[in-house]
Amino acid sequence: MPEIVLSAAPAHLRHGSTIGQPLTRRDGILKVSGGARFAADNHPPGMLYAVLAVSSIARGRVALLDVAAAKAHPGVVEIMTSANKPPLALDPDAKTNPFMRRLELLQNDRVRYANQPIAVVIAETLEAATEGAALLSPRYEEEAPRARLDAAESFVPPAVGVGQPSETEIGDVEAGLARSSRRIEATYETPTQFHNPMEPHAIVAAWDGDTLTVDTPSQGLAMAQARIAGLFGIPAENILIRSPFLGGGFGCKGLFTGPQVLGIMAARLVGRPVKLVLRREQMFGPVGHRAPTRQTLRLATSADGALLALSHHTRTASSTFDDFFEPASDVSHTLYASPAIRTSYEAVRLDTGTPTFMRAPGEASGSIALESAIDEMAEACGMDPLAFRLRNYAELEPISGKPFSSKALRACYAEGAERFGWQARPLKPREMCDASGLLVGWGVGTATFPALMFQGQARAVIRKDGTGIVETGAEDMGQGAWTALAQIAADGLGLSLEQMEFRSGSSDLPDAGIAGGSAHTATAGMAIAGAGAEAIAKLAALATGDERSALFGAGNAGVIARGGRLFRRDDESRSESYADILNRAGLAEIEGRGSSAADPVAQANYAMHAHGAVFAEVKVDPELGQIRVTRLVGAFAAGRIINPRLVRSQYYGGMIWGVSFALHEHGAFDSRSGRPMNPNLGEYHVPVNADIPSIEAILVAEEDRHVNALGIKGVGEIAITGTAGAVANAVWHATGRRIRRFPITLERLTEPLPR
Amino acid sequence: MNRFDYVRPATFAEAIAAASEPGAAYLAGGTNLLDLMKGGVVRPGRLVDVSRLPGLGAIEWLADGGVRIGALVRNADLAHDPEFARRFPAVAEALLSGASAQLRNMATVGGNLLQRTRCAYFYDVAGACNKRQPGAGCEARGGETRNAAVLGWSEHCIATHPSDFCVALVALDAVVEIAGKRGERAVPLEGFHRLPGETPEQESVLEPGELIIAVRLPAEAASFSRHVRYLKIRDRTSFAFAVASAAAALRIEQGAIVAARIALGGVAPKPWRARLAERTLIGVGPDRPHFDRAAAAALADARPSGDNAFKIELAHRIVARALALAAAGTPARLPALPASPFAPVAGVLHA
Repeated sequence: MPEIVLSAAPAHLRHGSTIGQPLTRRDGILKVSGGARFAADNHPPGMLYAVLAVSSIARGRVALLDVAAAKAHPGVVEIMTSANKPPLALDPDAKTNPFMRRLELLQNDRVRYANQPIAVVIAETLEAATEGAALLSPRYEEEAPRARLDAAESFVPPAVGVGQPSETEIGDVEAGLARSSRRIEATYETPTQFHNPMEPHAIVAAWDGDTLTVDTPSQGLAMAQARIAGLFGIPAENILIRSPFLGGGFGCKGLFTGPQVLGIMAARLVGRPVKLVLRREQMFGPVGHRAPTRQTLRLATSADGALLALSHHTRTASSTFDDFFEPASDVSHTLYASPAIRTSYEAVRLDTGTPTFMRAPGEASGSIALESAIDEMAEACGMDPLAFRLRNYAELEPISGKPFSSKALRACYAEGAERFGWQARPLKPREMCDASGLLVGWGVGTATFPALMFQGQARAVIRKDGTGIVETGAEDMGQGAWTALAQIAADGLGLSLEQMEFRSGSSDLPDAGIAGGSAHTATAGMAIAGAGAEAIAKLAALATGDERSALFGAGNAGVIARGGRLFRRDDESRSESYADILNRAGLAEIEGRGSSAADPVAQANYAMHAHGAVFAEVKVDPELGQIRVTRLVGAFAAGRIINPRLVRSQYYGGMIWGVSFALHEHGAFDSRSGRPMNPNLGEYHVPVNADIPSIEAILVAEEDRHVNALGIKGVGEIAITGTAGAVANAVWHATGRRIRRFPITLERLTEPLPR
Repeated sequence: MNRFDYVRPATFAEAIAAASEPGAAYLAGGTNLLDLMKGGVVRPGRLVDVSRLPGLGAIEWLADGGVRIGALVRNADLAHDPEFARRFPAVAEALLSGASAQLRNMATVGGNLLQRTRCAYFYDVAGACNKRQPGAGCEARGGETRNAAVLGWSEHCIATHPSDFCVALVALDAVVEIAGKRGERAVPLEGFHRLPGETPEQESVLEPGELIIAVRLPAEAASFSRHVRYLKIRDRTSFAFAVASAAAALRIEQGAIVAARIALGGVAPKPWRARLAERTLIGVGPDRPHFDRAAAAALADARPSGDNAFKIELAHRIVARALALAAAGTPARLPALPASPFAPVAGVLHA
């Protein structure tokens, strides 16, 4: 029996599946050898260099630019200002959907934030353009900027995130608080953070009449194409965007940004291809950030530690001219069972660029506050923090009452705790020391992120030589989409990776949706699987209907596609190769198309989230306050894992970001000028290798029959959540000090400590 | 950046002549200067590239047991020189606690002495800075002052000197050899950097055209090699400037301290030698109360220049800890995390 033979084979060979194998990333060699061509590596003939001149004030107007001085500089070709910019078909301040950002495209002399573009200098060399920008020596009429969360009157935003309500309540929180045995109230602050992918936003734009070719990193090719088409009044099909590689995105390359449009405008103005690359400090303003928050949590429990009420209020900030409100409170909707939950928001408008999606938008900021508060509540109950979390484990999604499509969080807690050795943890803080006297603390945090899906399309082709092509405009921003999606594509066509070509990263391919919301693998993957299935179905119809085929008449029994052959499902001794089927039919190729979207019925009936548990050990020098995260163990359940190596890498990256959130990242602003004061990677700290001595990610098995047919939940963002709180909780456990203002810096730990 | 002349002199004399013109700057490793130029923070009209000048790249052992380090010796090469690290372990540790491996491979000894402050307002060319533009004012006052000085600052400048290397050097009485139009001279490192006073733009005693050619450590500096440490507190484990740091060296005979050296980094406009604090240690036992007393003496004149009072207490603790670490003995091997408190020594911590 063939089945017995197959089941005796090693697991990774079963059914010839490529999905589930820990392949190394397919673009790895290209990247380490310099062969991967990023946007700024393109130099079409005749290309000029554009450099942004940006505002050094945060609020006011540009009174004067010394265009003559800049233009007189050798090598400078043109200065683009509001006076001579090419006309646009759309007001840059128009906003017709929430996935559209209001842009600064030199439409007037107003300055709305520091580092806002105020002119573009175009020159024969980068150096000339850079100096030209300096020679513009702008003069301003400056108004007092509003830079801090307290700098303006707050209001209740109409919606947060993407159309989520700004006030939600189930049960009666006040009643729950009133009848509780124990309650806590605590306020946590998170700072402004900037995405800072290694590759800054870069664009090479070349016009040919009314057609446009653009090399630029994009997490959403079709949306970018539509945005450009709208702004320039040209058909979307006239625009080709190539984005084969992104040097990181993290959300700031999701919506098309002003500086990218300015590069296209500059090319139009001078009639030559233009390259525009942001300087690192210019990443601190016009391309989005994670907004600061101040979150107040009120929790109450019964005498035996059951949550009775959970209230999560967030004060955050958007820009003065556009809306993005960090949905930090919403994380409290899904994690812990409470009969009464209220989430609410208020916001202020500051003279900053508009905040945007940044890896785990809302969840990351909200999680560090919620996980800290849950720990404080556990402490108030005299309970172990993990036991407290299990005591309040949500069997149904608290805010909706829906069952979870799958939820292996208990297994995450158990496997993580076991691996970490959590059981040995003393309940009280400041009770563990290492041999040299450093304080040791252990903390836990729960990780969560919704399992989302967008709409995507893909095309699959089987050629008469038996090879395949799969195309979808997916974006590989370093997460490994090119590899994981190719694995799905290979399985969809029943081919090995070597037998097929996977094409991606270009806007002339079918729209794969955005690489965001941790939804890319599910969205593009489902479209790819569908395209492959359609191509195979057509092939099967050819074979089973042709009496010359070994598969003739197998229409009812069905066939299985594997290794470039179709097998009769009930008799695998009968098979035929794709090449033979196509050649006999006289066809050069056969095509299938697939599309994907979330299933509304499943969404209506199930809550869909990935989960995880993160355990952190920190050591703290009791006198000097220096903190070091000495161990991190994360256990995550996110449905079906396409490529465990890449997924582990995503978890590592997220966990390291969690450390960064808890201990390092902080966009510093001068409150008088509104200017960012650490706009470089030397001073805007993220962890270095030496900060992460030990990190472990456990892939907890989870099967989900509802999220999508492939069972994929997404792994890109979840690991920041949970981790940041686990680190903060470990710092408390080490020191007995609860720091509620992030990042936790050494002076916040030592300042009031007596010597 | 601005257009500038680039000259590559063949001799000291040519270099000194070329660099004596207003607006000229010496270029060696370029790890600081080129960044500053790209940011428009400094705009020299002429770069005098001394990186190929002969005779400046050697570590020479002197007959009296001291060492003469050529100005062009790379930071990494010096730190990894086994004989140097054996005799001056804290200097090697300080070097390795600075910057990143890539930067240490480029940066030179002379350039390290002349690196500019990391004050955010010095880099913020849109704001006022007396170092960048004498008389413009100091916008750091009243701004983001966490990293600003608590010792030696003036109303005109609250910036700190960022070097780790210099802190260890100044503790060990290093001397700077300088060549200029009027010949060569030697200046103790302690007197090499100036306090800001009313002229924060004048950061050293170098006259126009003068070139650092070497740094000397006297033989006596090696006599501390059994009890010498550098300790640096920073916001991440590597590639970060000191929030505060200290070098401490002791000579202990029959249970009593007979010589002590203390210097602080990250807290003052120059590498800060604490001579009064050193004196409190002479003749006493190497124990914590004395180290605390010395630390108090080292910080006696400290005052916050803004929102940085915590640095005074932190620096106090670092000095006391560095002394305790020095007393416990120089480790046989350089710690894997140089100058970090996470290279622990049992018994030093008093939690």
